[in-house]
Amino acid sequence: MNTLVPLVVLVPLLGAAIALIAARLPRLQVAVTILALTAVLAISVVLLVLVDRNGGHAVEVGGWPAPYGIVLVVDRLAALMLLVSSIVLLAVLIFSVGQGMADGDDETPVSIYHPTYLILAAGVFNAFIAGDLFNLYVGFEILLVASYVLLTLGGTAERIRAGVTYIVVSLVSSLLFLAAIGMIYGALGTVNIAQISERLIEIPPDVQLILHIMLLVAFGIKAAIFPLSFWLPDSYPTAPAPVTAVFAGLLTKVGVYAILRTETVMFPTDQLSTPLMIVAALTMIIGILGAVAQADIKRLLSFTLVSHIGYMIFGIALNTVIGMTATIYYVVHHIVVQTTLFLASGLIERRGGSTSINQLGGLLKASPFIGVLFFIPAMNLGGIPPFSGFIGKVALFVSGAEQGTPLIYALLAAGAATSLLTLYALARVWNMAFWRSKDEVEDYKSPLLDQLSERPGGTDTVQRTRATPLLMSGATTAMVGVSLALTVFAGPIYAFADRAGESLAGTNGYVDTVYPNGIPDGAP
Amino acid sequence: MSASLVLVAIMAIMYASGVYLMLERSMTRVLVGFMLVGNATNVLILIMAGRRGLAPFYDESISPDEYSDPLPQALLLTAIVITFGASAFLMALIYRSWKLANVDAVQDDAEDLALRGGRGVQGEEPLVPDDDTEFGPYSSSELAAARQHRDTQTDLEDAQDASADDDDDRDFRTRSPRRPRP
Repeated sequence: MNTLVPLVVLVPLLGAAIALIAARLPRLQVAVTILALTAVLAISVVLLVLVDRNGGHAVEVGGWPAPYGIVLVVDRLAALMLLVSSIVLLAVLIFSVGQGMADGDDETPVSIYHPTYLILAAGVFNAFIAGDLFNLYVGFEILLVASYVLLTLGGTAERIRAGVTYIVVSLVSSLLFLAAIGMIYGALGTVNIAQISERLIEIPPDVQLILHIMLLVAFGIKAAIFPLSFWLPDSYPTAPAPVTAVFAGLLTKVGVYAILRTETVMFPTDQLSTPLMIVAALTMIIGILGAVAQADIKRLLSFTLVSHIGYMIFGIALNTVIGMTATIYYVVHHIVVQTTLFLASGLIERRGGSTSINQLGGLLKASPFIGVLFFIPAMNLGGIPPFSGFIGKVALFVSGAEQGTPLIYALLAAGAATSLLTLYALARVWNMAFWRSKDEVEDYKSPLLDQLSERPGGTDTVQRTRATPLLMSGATTAMVGVSLALTVFAGPIYAFADRAGESLAGTNGYVDTVYPNGIPDGAP
Repeated sequence: MSASLVLVAIMAIMYASGVYLMLERSMTRVLVGFMLVGNATNVLILIMAGRRGLAPFYDESISPDEYSDPLPQALLLTAIVITFGASAFLMALIYRSWKLANVDAVQDDAEDLALRGGRGVQGEEPLVPDDDTEFGPYSSSELAAARQHRDTQTDLEDAQDASADDDDDRDFRTRSPRRPRP
């Protein structure tokens, strides 16, 4: 197990190096990339089984004992995140390979796309298993720098415009995080997460509060929590479909994961629970109101992404074991479903030649299969039973109602309204793009289409429609299959999330993992 | 923990001017602001290392209290490298933006403009009211000269520019062979 944990980061990095060297051999690049991610997928399955059986595991990199060296920590939560993210990364990769084979490499130029994609994967994995704050920062930087390249791929004017906002905002959040690390080191003399949680009680509460807020703001920008979410719907929709899918599924969830760690391990007090709940409600409501006004499917999905981050923040703010359990299940559900929806919108864009619901029509007749691939995750995101979205939301609401303060009931109302509005926005996409016949599109008048805003730059022209390669629809089908598996196997998965949530309760689980023999005397 | 007042003052000044510059519209200023804020953060980590001491080379005869803390320096070095890489990327982005759109300002989201236009404000105020740099899209005489030159240049120059642009679009790919320059 000691060798397996670092491999999760090393394999993608080595794969990226090989893929970069093999820039002129596109087939070898694709093979190396798929092989690397498959290897990580296999490793994370093994890790998940081992961790579930034996409890969390910490690896001291380079053999330096815990407070001095860097630790990589895999507990149940980290192992679950590794597994889900490697599944998502692999499926999106196969989708983009299918797209590249069909179109040439206009959207995903092989020589730079594959190495960058693997580096992004390494950054995500590193962030999940980081055992100290600075390593978490490095993981964030790796994935962010890779995401800058992927977002501005091809360097078109539209992508550069969107990229500038994204990059400057991300850089500011990274610097905030770095400043927070510096101040935490100054206050506590350590950047090791387990040790921070042990020492936190020694410093005055107001200093604790400053450090806590700085970390939350830095992670909140990454997780796109209102009011720090404005950059997301502006920048994501311009990127190529597979890039948007992986960003939507994973990048914001890394931020949520970091917030989860902050709230459970480092700052387990509930001094910021109430502000977090208010922020969660605002994120849900304002995000979904943005989605309702969009005509462009990708932009609409970006707004629902922001809004559903609110559910996770709500679960984290509850600060109870069942709240954490529900949050963990919801995060897994949301990663899978949001990625699937973006992949499906990539298919819609190919088949219909546009992603604007003002332009689309007759898709159900033209391609019933894409209809199924869009319908299932759309209903899932809207929280229709029996899908995993329903299970996740019910679990969140139950764990909220258990505390039952007026604020929490207000939040439950906001959550239910958000769920309904999500359903409204997605059902409208379904009605317009799939149920409306193709010849109705011209001069179509409907109250549903009033007051909708198009994507910046406009999508008035319908581009040529193209057939859907088998690999692309295959990858999307696989993701729909995974999302259905979350429903079918909800029992075992929820039980696992429960065990993961329990080991997060209090700080002891995490600290014991890093220091199985207790904190050594005379640690700095 | 004791800290040097001079360092704290330097850090504060760098943060202040960096944040001020980052709030500008000109992307070059944003870049300079980012570099200032990044280095101010590095100074912050340095301050958090505590008072100065001996270089941390292990020697049995020296008490551990006399060393300066090596860990923040390691963190700082990593942070410097990351900030360096990020500024290099930002510079490439600014260059690309300049080549594509001939503007150095952060551009508005077209949708925001459309929303604002709906209330009849469009055209009442210039897009970049206070940008007086040589990169500013409205006040720069160089830019006007460049545009005039572009409009009046010969066919040969046109062809050369076109091929140069082609190369620019291609240089992230290595599969297709480059078109030879005329």
